[in-house]
Amino acid sequence: MSSRQRNEVREPLVHLTKRASTSPARAWAIRAIAIFLGLLVCGIVAFLLIEKLQQNPGKIGDFYYTFIRGSFSTNRKLWKFLKNTAILLCISLALTPAFRMRFWNIGGEGQTLTGVLGSIAVAFYLGGKVPEWLLLILMLFAALASGMLWGLIPAVFKARWGTNETLFTLMMNYVATFLVSYFLVIWVPSGSSSLGKLKYGKLPQIYNEHLLIVLIILALTIGLYIYLNYTKHGYEISVVGESVRTAQYVGINERKVIIRTMILSGALCGLAGYLIAAGADQTVTTNSAGGQGFTGILVAWLGKFNPLIMILTAALIQLLNQGAGQISQDFSVNNALPNVIVGIVLFFIIGAEFFISYEIHFRGHGRREAERRTVK
Amino acid sequence: MKKIVALVLALVLCLTAAASLADGIAKEDIKLGIITLHDEQSTYDKNFIDSAKKAAANLGLAEEQVIIVSGIPESDECRQKALDLVDEGCNIVFADSFGHEDFMIEAAKEFPEVTFAHATGTKAHTENLANFHNAFASIYEGRYLAGVAAGLKLNEIKAAGNLKGEVPMIGYVGAFTYAEVISGYTSFYLGAKSVCPDVIMKVQFTGSWYDEIGEKAAAEALINAGADLISQHADSMGAPTACESAGIPNISYNGSTVDACPNTFIVASKIDWAPYFEYLVNQTIAGEEIATDWTGTIETGSVVLTDVNEAAAAEGTVAKIEEVKAELLAGTRKVFDTATEGFITVDGKPVTSKLADVDTDAAFTPDTEAVADGYFHESEFRSAPYFDLTIDGIELLNSAF
Repeated sequence: MSSRQRNEVREPLVHLTKRASTSPARAWAIRAIAIFLGLLVCGIVAFLLIEKLQQNPGKIGDFYYTFIRGSFSTNRKLWKFLKNTAILLCISLALTPAFRMRFWNIGGEGQTLTGVLGSIAVAFYLGGKVPEWLLLILMLFAALASGMLWGLIPAVFKARWGTNETLFTLMMNYVATFLVSYFLVIWVPSGSSSLGKLKYGKLPQIYNEHLLIVLIILALTIGLYIYLNYTKHGYEISVVGESVRTAQYVGINERKVIIRTMILSGALCGLAGYLIAAGADQTVTTNSAGGQGFTGILVAWLGKFNPLIMILTAALIQLLNQGAGQISQDFSVNNALPNVIVGIVLFFIIGAEFFISYEIHFRGHGRREAERRTVK
Repeated sequence: MKKIVALVLALVLCLTAAASLADGIAKEDIKLGIITLHDEQSTYDKNFIDSAKKAAANLGLAEEQVIIVSGIPESDECRQKALDLVDEGCNIVFADSFGHEDFMIEAAKEFPEVTFAHATGTKAHTENLANFHNAFASIYEGRYLAGVAAGLKLNEIKAAGNLKGEVPMIGYVGAFTYAEVISGYTSFYLGAKSVCPDVIMKVQFTGSWYDEIGEKAAAEALINAGADLISQHADSMGAPTACESAGIPNISYNGSTVDACPNTFIVASKIDWAPYFEYLVNQTIAGEEIATDWTGTIETGSVVLTDVNEAAAAEGTVAKIEEVKAELLAGTRKVFDTATEGFITVDGKPVTSKLADVDTDAAFTPDTEAVADGYFHESEFRSAPYFDLTIDGIELLNSAF
């Protein structure tokens, strides 16, 4: 390389640097701008694709209002919003300890589904044969055990033989789905694979059918926050997540932590399954978890694995989901479009997190920086 | 005195109830809510959505008088959505999927003054709820007619010496192994057999109502196993597109696939649900009772065939279908004809008696004699099908579903 070339380093047009720190005010400003831009882009996309809006552009305000209408226009919708948020939050909470430990549990869907299956199996075989209170307790144990088992298997393999937990937990989702199909064939002699709503195993109501579920998850959220931040176990999870070598150096048995944490993670997914089974559906289908095992990953990630912030992220996702359903209904469009709109908003929110951590520099910035340094 | 007061009160209650039943609703106050399992991507749900729009147009209902909610799973979400629709002012709520039924029944119990209707369900006649109703159609007649078109096509292939095997073979892609599907493929087979006596059929199940990849794979497996023609009872475009790629004739369901399959689509049978939606609305307006089980027929316009695709069908198909249709309407021909020797046999023996499972219970116990007067009485004791015999000539390749 000639000396001339050495002196002229080609600077890229755009390059990124990690910010040393971002003030909370700045971070929230970036988030607010992102959400505003996301909603703006949504409006444009909606206008381009929804005929009803093109015919009547004045309805664009209705379009945004529909997001609110989907969750808050009636008491029933509000409670449904709270209950669905709670269940989604429960699955997100379940995934959090594993993620904090950098164990990528993509198997929330399967762990939740086996929880539903475990509960319903107990209700199917013992419903009407044992008292209802005992049935509900047995269903709970079955759900916790099923979810726990589904989380434990990949954990043992990871701890013993270093298998890839992402693929393993993902594959376990498929196994869970087929397991449900298998039992539906056995349980439904007519061959329709539609079990129908069982008569036994319904959680009691406090005030209404949803409040008990909401309270259980609220208690769980606070409990898990304390567990992760103020207990020895929580500290060990953080250390293993930071660096396995450090953990070994300070005498933490990381295998034990991995297995223990995944048992907890699986059991909490099982609890979510129990709440779906005994709290609402009283049946099982291959779709009982409804993709929430994957949505939960997003909720946990956006909430930075902090259970208290995750309340907000779960509520946001649920608000978008119910709003999407309402848009589909009010504007006579199929389900795909509202989901695209939700995707756009989420894309902007995730993008905001990126811009909070990184700074963009355009060409010329580097030279100015260099000049500044030489003056010094 | 107390007794008299109670009697008078009871009488007043009865009278007001009767009056409210007799009092109809003004047409502009009608609001119809439709819940579907998937959206228009599923041919099954698209059929309901299109029928609802057609009914609204026929009745002259305003756009906001029909609310369509799609993508509602067979879970408590269905009940919640039904109740949401009641909150929005719907006086008729309808759901389209078999697994929605129990959740619709729960919703019906919560709002006795609202009409809840459900397609393909089996429990209305045993639930005894005044406001919960089942509906279906004699689609077995439509499938039989489509089967006639299939038989004629197989005869044509046979005459040209192009059969893949010794005898003509139909491949059939089914979703699940229960009465609705069994009744469907058996009637289709019998229609084909009525014009092509040596036809055989092989059925491959997918275990899902909507699984495009699975349905395509099942159709391809049947084609590889020697099927000369394919039909399906599942809701995606999987089987028709597999047929178009392989150049194998296809009889469709729920709607025409001629646009995607111009060379292989022959004809499709489907249930037009518009007559039922119109019936629900008209009865509500008039304040008349709605049938617990309503079975649409060729006569009510509920069982229809799409246009025959002349490019793929055998010559004379349209005329033959019309001829057989006239016989079905006149009652001179029965689909599940047990009287004609050798037409329907099980293990080589004629069928003289069959207890059908009409009243659904947990164990699905057969409870009603369905064979009489030389035929199996399908959809007469309740609207949803209950024919579930495996007859000679039909082989199930997998029955795990």
